[in-house]
Amino acid sequence: MEVIAFSILSAIVLIAAFCVIAARNPVHSVLFLILAFFTSSGLLVLIGAEFLAMLLIVVYVGAVAVLFLFVVMMLDVDFVELKQGFLNYAPFGGVVALVFFAEIALVASAMGASRPETFDASPNAETNVEAIGQVMYTDYLLLFQISGIVLLIAMIGAIVLTLRHRPGVRRQSVEEQTGRKRADAVELKDVRPGQGI
Amino acid sequence: MELTLAHYLSLSAALFTIGVFGIFVNRKNIIVILMSLELMLLSVNINLVAFGAFNGDIKGQIFAMLVLTVAAAEAAVGLAILVTYFRNRGDIAVEDVNLMRG
Repeated sequence: MEVIAFSILSAIVLIAAFCVIAARNPVHSVLFLILAFFTSSGLLVLIGAEFLAMLLIVVYVGAVAVLFLFVVMMLDVDFVELKQGFLNYAPFGGVVALVFFAEIALVASAMGASRPETFDASPNAETNVEAIGQVMYTDYLLLFQISGIVLLIAMIGAIVLTLRHRPGVRRQSVEEQTGRKRADAVELKDVRPGQGI
Repeated sequence: MELTLAHYLSLSAALFTIGVFGIFVNRKNIIVILMSLELMLLSVNINLVAFGAFNGDIKGQIFAMLVLTVAAAEAAVGLAILVTYFRNRGDIAVEDVNLMRG
């Protein structure tokens, strides 16, 4: 039963991954990427890593893929022209990919005969979240903090890269606003009746 | 037939290979290159979680989380660079990126 589910899900992942790199329209690529992430989170659920599966959906589908979609739609690029040369590079890329796959298969087969295995994604705990939580903030506190710093630096970097000051845009100047005196703004006139200023 | 580690390892090897292939065939389209990178990182994540789960060790999932963080950061910075490049040059043909030197 699990093997059937695994086969279906992994077939979907591989087809979606191939469509990501082969699709003509990059918007379709992003949508196939979302499908691949979604399906692989199902694969993680299959071996009991539920928390990471949810994280995959939240981070990848919710943030990264939407970011991709946003950029693809924002940039006005002729994607048909960029698709040129797909077939020129395909033989070379195919050879490299085949060599790569053969190497991985060689290493994997050198691991020896696979013993009957059972999976346990949440050792010493009732649930997966509990198992992660037991070590995340104790044994791996430094790792946790460092990943926070990585995200902070990435955020600052992205803002610094994309921020620009356009000339001619009227901005709010807080100092000028709060430093304004009454005398600068209001002038009292002594208006006589029937004459005006 | 039981679900084994070999199933997950072969899936992630195939996924990684598709990612490598994608980088080669989409040399001009940097957005698809970034997506291929995400696919490769996804396959690494699957690998880590599968090893962790089948050995009854939680470290694999913790490390996969770190990889997830780095992948998100990489996507954000990469796309920011892409947007800046597009703003300066008007297209995203990465073949003449070396014009940016200096």
